[in-house]
Amino acid sequence: MGQFKPTPHDPDARGHFGPWGGRFVPEALIAAVDELAAEYDKARLDPEFVGEFQRLLKDFAGRPSLLTEAPKFAERAGTRVFLKREDLNHTGSHKINNVLGQALLTKRMGKKRVIAETGAGQHGVATATACALLGLDCVVYMGELDTERQALNVARMRLLGAEVIPVKSGSRTLKDAINEALRDWVTNVDETHYLLGTAAGPHPFPLLVRDFHRVIGIEAREQILEKAGRLPDAVVACVGGGSNAIGIFHGFIDDADVRLVGVEPGGSGLDSGSHGATLTAGTPGSLHGAMSYVMQDEDGQITEAHSISAGLDYPGVGPEHSHLKDIGRAEYFPVTDAEAMEAFALLSRTEGIIPAIESSHALAGALKLGPSLGPDGLLVVNLSGRGDKDMDTAVKYFGLADGGQA
Amino acid sequence: MSLSDVFSTARAESRAALIGYLPAGYPTVDGSKDHLRSMIESGCDLVEVGLPFSDPVMDGPTIQAAAEQALSAGFRVRDLFDVVSAVSDAGGRAVVMTYWNPVLRYGVDAFARDLAAAGGLGIITPDLVPDEADDWMAASEAHGLDRIFLVAPSSTEERVAMTARASSGFLYATAVMGVTGARDVVSSAAPELVGRVREHTSLPVGVGLGVRSGAQAAEIAGFADGVIVGSAFVSAVAEGETAVRALAADLAKGVRSAAATV
Ligand SMILES: Cc1ncc(COP(=O)(O)O)c(C=O)c1O
Repeated sequence: MGQFKPTPHDPDARGHFGPWGGRFVPEALIAAVDELAAEYDKARLDPEFVGEFQRLLKDFAGRPSLLTEAPKFAERAGTRVFLKREDLNHTGSHKINNVLGQALLTKRMGKKRVIAETGAGQHGVATATACALLGLDCVVYMGELDTERQALNVARMRLLGAEVIPVKSGSRTLKDAINEALRDWVTNVDETHYLLGTAAGPHPFPLLVRDFHRVIGIEAREQILEKAGRLPDAVVACVGGGSNAIGIFHGFIDDADVRLVGVEPGGSGLDSGSHGATLTAGTPGSLHGAMSYVMQDEDGQITEAHSISAGLDYPGVGPEHSHLKDIGRAEYFPVTDAEAMEAFALLSRTEGIIPAIESSHALAGALKLGPSLGPDGLLVVNLSGRGDKDMDTAVKYFGLADGGQA
Repeated sequence: MSLSDVFSTARAESRAALIGYLPAGYPTVDGSKDHLRSMIESGCDLVEVGLPFSDPVMDGPTIQAAAEQALSAGFRVRDLFDVVSAVSDAGGRAVVMTYWNPVLRYGVDAFARDLAAAGGLGIITPDLVPDEADDWMAASEAHGLDRIFLVAPSSTEERVAMTARASSGFLYATAVMGVTGARDVVSSAAPELVGRVREHTSLPVGVGLGVRSGAQAAEIAGFADGVIVGSAFVSAVAEGETAVRALAADLAKGVRSAAATV
């Protein structure tokens, strides 16, 4: 039950991590988030709930996921590298951990309908999968632009029985999909659970999404001790909303000597203004229900994020990351689209693993960190997902259809 | 003139107050000033000046589109104070309706100061609940502004009581569970919610979400102190000034005809 044990890092009763988090939502939703928080408080202590969650992780999602050493990739990084293989989970990313947990909570609350937002489509696919498994109705909101970038995942969701609604407002990406999901939720809250896909949003989402992903860090810590005989110097993860990162960070958060490193989408470079590096370049604000760093203009209008990776293309970030940044426990820096794509190709060629472009940001981060650690250093990189969904982007980026070579 | 005067005047005439909403900067900054003045001249007792926001999660398609139009035409937060000034200079009364992030960015105290200086009377805060409003409580006290929080059909008794204690001026009761947008029928949840609110406070209660006709206004005026109309005004603006005036006049007749039936 270690995964659900309250920790000294939990937020206060109203969801504040220091000055971050809380609930900046319409009053109409307060009853629903209160209900969810109360249900989660009971569930996390209920052996039956925890047992069922763990059974699904094992027998359905295929956990524990492997920890694989990447020696040839490591030659380029200049330090020893292990990969936490969330790409091997059923549906192809870490997202399934949180989805199975929240789908079980939905059933506990007696709700029959689930709505979700998705960017890359990984969370949408995971949600559609869990709903098919557990007999829940599923509606997924997805920015119209992302439905084009990730057409294969749209087809997967539909095959799994979900209704996919393209969102045509605003920037037609992830943030607009969340807006539309919130509008649906406030209208249909009685019978509907909003299965939020990242560690953001109003309390209790940042807490419970983090807890459902803590399994990543708990496994990784045991595995690295077994395989390398020591703790790593740093744990590296990509940060969109921050769920895969917070999940692996928590396994090591009390190990003061382990650096927690979040890698943000730098898009075409911070100077270009075209990026999604919320923690590096954002300012405090409230978006989608919580206080956190956000990308905004001087009037407090939310600006559009840009990243080659649909799953990182988000101008907000989970509040616990803002807290970890402020207290100096975690550090965050961006890598560009080009750096991420180079790491994407490198891992594919050197290790025979095609990573998600999101996860390729973490790999590019490892390439940057590695030289400073040297050959005796040790990194664990969270490989949050696999790259099958990104083939369209790769074909275009590297010109693979015309005989190009990455 | 304060918000309590608005409601006591209406009450003295045995009627509900008519509250009309329009985003500042829609269709243009000057256009919004003109339309807000027309709304007041044609019967609105109070106007809600909306601050266009990039991510309006409480709004349906009509108000979303208006906000997008205002923003893409270059609307700035400082234009809001200009529009509020135009309303108060013309003898009208205005509150602002805004999502919280632009206020945070401007600075809660600075926003309150500049709104008060423009003659604004308070702020309606659709995504700020009293639980998170410490800064706003202090700033509104310091600058003499009213705090209009929302209650919803899903609010528990405890939350209705707590929200009423934190509010001043009036309370905004959302008639339905949902986002803004004109609807054909008045929700049956509205009278029940207003009844629950009255057990906890003597503050006036305004009812909004979905009202678009004089007949609906009359129905709501039968149990509430204020009738709030938003999307219907936004749609009328697209048709022009005559439509705006006609809508305000129809609604103004509506809020007065409930009295005849009691
Ligand atoms: C494979 C993968 N990694 C990472 C992310 C980013 O999300 P988060 O920051 O919540 O882990 C996504 C989101 O779609 C994803 O699909």
